[in-house]
Amino acid sequence: MDTLTRTRRRLEALIEESHLEIWREHNRALLRRLESKHSSVEFIGDALSTEMVLNIGPQHPATHGVLRVVARLDGEIIRSCVIDIGYLHRGIEKVAEYKTFQEFMPYTDRMDYLSPYSNNVALCLAVEKLAQIEVPERAQYIRTIACELARLLAHLLWLGSMVMDAGAVSMFLWTFREREKIYDIFDLIAGARLTVSHCRIGGVASDLTPEAIEAIRAFIRNFPRELRAWEKLLNKNRIWLERNEGIGVVSAERALELGLTGPNLRASGVPYDVRTFEPYLVYDRVEFEVPVRTEGDNLARYYVRMEEMRQSVRIIEQCLQQLPPGPIRNENAKLSYPDKQEVYYSMEGLIHDFMYTHWGVCPPKGAEVYAAIEAPKGELGFYIQSDGTGFPWRLKIRSPSFCNIQALESILEGAMVSDVVVLIGGLDPVMGEADK
Amino acid sequence: MAFESLQPKLLLLAAALLALFTMAAYTVYFERRISAWIQNRIGPNRVGPFGLLQPLADVLKLLFKEDIAPAAADRLLHRLAPMISVTAAVATIGVLPFAHNLILADVNIGILYILAITSLNVYGITLSGWASNSKYALLGGLRSSAQLISYEIAMGLAVLSVVVQSESLMTSQIVEAQAEIWNVLRNPLGFLIFLITAFAETNRLPFDLPEAEQELVAGYHTEYSSMKFGMFYVAEYMNVVLSSAVITTLFFGGYLVPFGHLFMSDLPAWARTGLEVLSFFGKTGFFVFVFIWVRWTIPRFKYNQLMRLGWVYLFPLAVLNLVLVALARMLF
Repeated sequence: MDTLTRTRRRLEALIEESHLEIWREHNRALLRRLESKHSSVEFIGDALSTEMVLNIGPQHPATHGVLRVVARLDGEIIRSCVIDIGYLHRGIEKVAEYKTFQEFMPYTDRMDYLSPYSNNVALCLAVEKLAQIEVPERAQYIRTIACELARLLAHLLWLGSMVMDAGAVSMFLWTFREREKIYDIFDLIAGARLTVSHCRIGGVASDLTPEAIEAIRAFIRNFPRELRAWEKLLNKNRIWLERNEGIGVVSAERALELGLTGPNLRASGVPYDVRTFEPYLVYDRVEFEVPVRTEGDNLARYYVRMEEMRQSVRIIEQCLQQLPPGPIRNENAKLSYPDKQEVYYSMEGLIHDFMYTHWGVCPPKGAEVYAAIEAPKGELGFYIQSDGTGFPWRLKIRSPSFCNIQALESILEGAMVSDVVVLIGGLDPVMGEADK
Repeated sequence: MAFESLQPKLLLLAAALLALFTMAAYTVYFERRISAWIQNRIGPNRVGPFGLLQPLADVLKLLFKEDIAPAAADRLLHRLAPMISVTAAVATIGVLPFAHNLILADVNIGILYILAITSLNVYGITLSGWASNSKYALLGGLRSSAQLISYEIAMGLAVLSVVVQSESLMTSQIVEAQAEIWNVLRNPLGFLIFLITAFAETNRLPFDLPEAEQELVAGYHTEYSSMKFGMFYVAEYMNVVLSSAVITTLFFGGYLVPFGHLFMSDLPAWARTGLEVLSFFGKTGFFVFVFIWVRWTIPRFKYNQLMRLGWVYLFPLAVLNLVLVALARMLF
């Protein structure tokens, strides 16, 4: 009996012990896929066969949450692998059908929990496009600033955890020190650090205070220096370069086929960025570059994200300079929440507030919309269909991590066990968003 | 040999063991403090003044933890493996000279003994990986055996170059031969090779593949808990201390006090010994710091890179270095 058959029998015995029929079915299907993928490389009757099936995750230090990779190993080399997702599925899209658009916003915080503000903005932009709500300029600038801060937040976590997965633990703490500063800024902007929910349909909840602006200025003054220090440590580090160079190569055509998005796509040589392709908010009024590399390997993904952080700082700087005065929410109380002053001290304000909370904004019946933004992980889109009530009839989220994870199977095959961690780190999926 | 003549040796043994265990425990403490310092954190500072009693608390905690062995583990080997690791680490102490004439066993094959005993370490790690009956542990154990065997050759050749220079296998003779000039200045390449292989032999970053926590969860000791895990932990830090001590002995004049010939002869015997012991542990402490510093700065090698470095670069370099040292010895 060859090793593979033996391994399969043992796994099957384990699976049979489970009491849940659906769980048994699921794992049997995974094993079948794992075997049929490359049936030509089976070793028949080889007593010295070195193959084994290794289950990486869902509880594993390097899988960034609850990603599960079932890999068939030959020694240290991965012969074939299957990705199993869904461990963080919360049915967010279905939940949305029972919430008004504004009520649904806190759920988006919990999708890509590394950049909650981008998710809020994506939802708001979709709803505003659907119901044709105008957003005052100042609110758009505030949203842009916060979105870029969220991008820094997400990229900093990516940098720290990817370098930590490669073995340099200190980097993680250094990037977290900077993230802490951004969280403090969000505290000043929105009153919450992680789950901000600061956007409102038709604007934002509160204006930037002078001390928030001062904190942002102080941060972007200091941040490029930190970035340079990290690059000094990594860009010429032989171990770091060799661990990433030529690993997980995805060509431009293959990247498009796989549906890669965001920095991963741009690292493969496709200069697609929603911010320049189809500008939203005020991205057409600021100058910035979209970094693109053509190598398509893990190192290219690293360079692209490092450069993106520098560009984010540029965007924030320009937005702060251009920041116009004015209202921060649409003043039509049927489209957007009235000001709190009004709610507390006028009858109409209170009624509007009540109606808005209860019914929300009602787009025309049968209207449908797809709006996308460039979230830190890639194109984050909301597709909404309306039935004329304050609740979406159907809300579909196109999350970038879900698309990026698709590439994992094909780049893991042929790689080594040590590559698994840096490749997952390089693709930078967030399971909260992939599983929704 | 009569018991009376053994007595001073036994006392020295007790003192050396005590010093070694304390140093290993405090290396853990300093590792945590230094890493905290590197990472802008504070580190353990609650137990005792400056957190100095933290190692004690850690050991107590480990002792009271539940001892778990996997159901399908090989019980005997699972138990034996941590013991082998600690024993192999402790045994090296026998031939290290702490000061002039202050050595447990000044055997004439001291260096060979060190090489032989440190090789035993691989058994502890490989057996633990095998006996745990866990895939992650097995991968860790296999990585470790390949790694240790590959790097031992380069290490042996680097040591051999030192032996050629000092014309003796006795550790005390090797130290005395450096009275004029330290080996690190006469044989810098040998020192570099030895330093790199020492990192590899102690399984420290950038060579910590056997326990690569982000890939293999905890590698060979994934399935260990309680004091059995503690023993691996202690063994790792003892290896760090002892590797530093061996580096000191082979390349940095061991217990010799820098510029000691200028003033040492005027001092009384006890002060001389004291200074030498201080010098030995001072130099050792410095290398312990280097071990910690490197660990918290550099990423980890990949398995094939590790093998390439060992066989393609270090091995030929070590041979070349040996030939050069031998030629220099013949000519001058």
